[in-house]
Amino acid sequence: MTLSLGKDLLGLAALSAEQIRYILDTAEPFKEISERQIKKVPTLRGMTVVNLFFEPSTRTRISFEFAEKRLSADTVNVASSGSSVSKGETLVDTARNLEAMRIDMVVIRHASSGAAQFLAERIESNVINAGDGMHEHPTQGLLDLLTLRDKLGDLAGRRVCLVGDVLHSRVARSNIAGLTKLGADVAVCGPRSLLPNGVEDLGVTVFDRIEEAIEWAEALNILRLQLERMTAGYIPSLREYNRVFGVTRERLERAPRDILILHPGPMNRGVEIDSDVADGPHSVILHQVTNGVAIRMAVLYLLAGARPEAGTEKGV
Amino acid sequence: MTTRPILLKGGRLLDPSTQRDGVGDLLIVDGRIAAIGGNIAGPDGAETIDCTGRVVAPGLVDVHVHLREPGREDVETIATGAAAAAAGGFTSVVAMPNTTPVTDNQAAVGFVVQKGKQAGMARVFPYGAISVGQRGEQLAEMGEMVAAGAVAFSDDGRPVSTAHMMRTALEYARTFDVVVAEHCEDMSLAHGGAMNEGRMSAKLGLKGIPDEAEEIDVIRCILLARRTGGKLHLCHMSTKGSVALIRWAKQQGIAVTAEVCSHHISLTEDAVDGYNTNAKMNPPLRTAEDVEALQQAVKDGTIEVLATDHAPHHYDEKEREFPDAPNGIVGLETALGINIAYLVEPGIISLSTLIDRMSCAPAKIFKLPGGTLVTNGVADITVFDPKAPWVVDPTQFKSKGRNTPYGGHTLTGRADATIVDGRVVFRRP
Repeated sequence: MTLSLGKDLLGLAALSAEQIRYILDTAEPFKEISERQIKKVPTLRGMTVVNLFFEPSTRTRISFEFAEKRLSADTVNVASSGSSVSKGETLVDTARNLEAMRIDMVVIRHASSGAAQFLAERIESNVINAGDGMHEHPTQGLLDLLTLRDKLGDLAGRRVCLVGDVLHSRVARSNIAGLTKLGADVAVCGPRSLLPNGVEDLGVTVFDRIEEAIEWAEALNILRLQLERMTAGYIPSLREYNRVFGVTRERLERAPRDILILHPGPMNRGVEIDSDVADGPHSVILHQVTNGVAIRMAVLYLLAGARPEAGTEKGV
Repeated sequence: MTTRPILLKGGRLLDPSTQRDGVGDLLIVDGRIAAIGGNIAGPDGAETIDCTGRVVAPGLVDVHVHLREPGREDVETIATGAAAAAAGGFTSVVAMPNTTPVTDNQAAVGFVVQKGKQAGMARVFPYGAISVGQRGEQLAEMGEMVAAGAVAFSDDGRPVSTAHMMRTALEYARTFDVVVAEHCEDMSLAHGGAMNEGRMSAKLGLKGIPDEAEEIDVIRCILLARRTGGKLHLCHMSTKGSVALIRWAKQQGIAVTAEVCSHHISLTEDAVDGYNTNAKMNPPLRTAEDVEALQQAVKDGTIEVLATDHAPHHYDEKEREFPDAPNGIVGLETALGINIAYLVEPGIISLSTLIDRMSCAPAKIFKLPGGTLVTNGVADITVFDPKAPWVVDPTQFKSKGRNTPYGGHTLTGRADATIVDGRVVFRRP
């Protein structure tokens, strides 16, 4: 295997364009498995995967769990509440104790940027970052890339704009890294109070007005506006946010072309996205969710392949 | 009790406070410099230390250390901190008052003085807190604390809460003619920040601390120093903008002094990459442009003091997720080597200027013993090899703290002998 991902998947910023394409290509045959009557292959039989979720998550956790189960891995879910984490155990101690029970992979979701890397450097098991603070959410970035590629073909030169709270968004960072590596033109649009200072250094164009972004883009990836941003003083009100930055049907109708609509979920309908856009003809939001399972199967498969002892049953 | 006379033989006597720079001997008798310069014949029974190829300088002074006692004796004590200071070539350190409980009264100040004397290593002087509990609500009893041995005041660890409190502190401290030292940080801007705000924070997804969080407080304090005539000292400067503001203040004749830490003249925010908690400090490591401006400020005297902000933390506290790790690194045993490697070796400043910034200037500003080599003066002296390369091995530190980003780095120059009050408190084996 020439394009090995290494032990862990921590972020897209650390991957090459070839490695990203390799994951996307690997996901293609996995899409079909979920369409079968019997949605199961023996690829990861005998392997144990721990889903370590220190933050609430529905979509990502379930998507990982489906991916693991459809590959026949044994899975365990650990949430921070109801575990020894709530008794003050450190992240490393929790993981090392799990490892002592002989596990193979850890999928981690954590509120602190860098938590996945921190863990990966300290345990033997493969680590998959399922979202660390404001840093990266690589499988979300990959499923967004796969969805865009399904609809637009080769992403080189295609124009994608991330809309909303880029500052606090790990989805935005993974998208920016992945899209720019694949040669797409990337822009961000949102109130400056929700864009990182120095965001231009990440290789993106900045639009101050959503109208300009819509005129420019072929696809909009609309980020979730966390409701607590308002109380923290980043924006005056959700109402005004929708008035100034909301992606509405009226705004899209003025666009010179059809625009693909992506959203990583969960949506705040009527805030960052209107219902008739979310449910409209150009929305690929549920397609993203479907692709999420295939991407996670691909990542699990590729990382398992990096383990010499798991080389027996690679057939899909 | 009289101590054995000490003869420092054949070293380069280097003291910018008296413009002395030449090879010669120095004799110490009864804690005082008995003779200096030329070829001195030691009295009977004198201990002779061969200083050939070494610099013999006034003892180094660090006006910004955290010794953690009382409260966190598991990470440092006054005794271990004073021993680390001696091993780093420091003859005096000034300990910040953000202990538990806060050093904000005469009894607490007396405790630090007494523990420092018991340790018998580098001299330990206490800062008193500016406000009771460092809460910024009520001025602490400065007069009582000065009487008990406090040499300066600070709420370091956090900024003085309000402009009014800062103004009052600067005014009130005038009675005792002591420095009021500010940790410059606008808390509303810095809130939740874990590193410098900029390219690297955008990449790592960490909340940034903008330059302005420091600079807004710098100008606040400078303007209040102008209003009050108080002696303002600005701790751990980290930005190019702060340098410009201090330069302006000095041009206006405002009484302000400033310090910069060894890490801020040698490392940039790039050291944080990979979520290295040993590169997490407050103020944070900034950019190459800031490092260069700070180096130039040390050179031209805009910043007259080099300090460490020695901040020991427990291994377990740093061994965790980056946003949750505490700020600060140890510095006493690496400062001289860093400052020589990053300031003297590249030719930015001379060894003489280095001694001024690490000894003469801080001793003078804080009115501490030492900082000069004169006959009959106090014998606080550091002997060091300015050319010796060495590799930092944190496991060898006298400090209980191992939290340094310089582990494995090669630095230049370190202390061979540290003499306090005529007594050898450290000798490199």
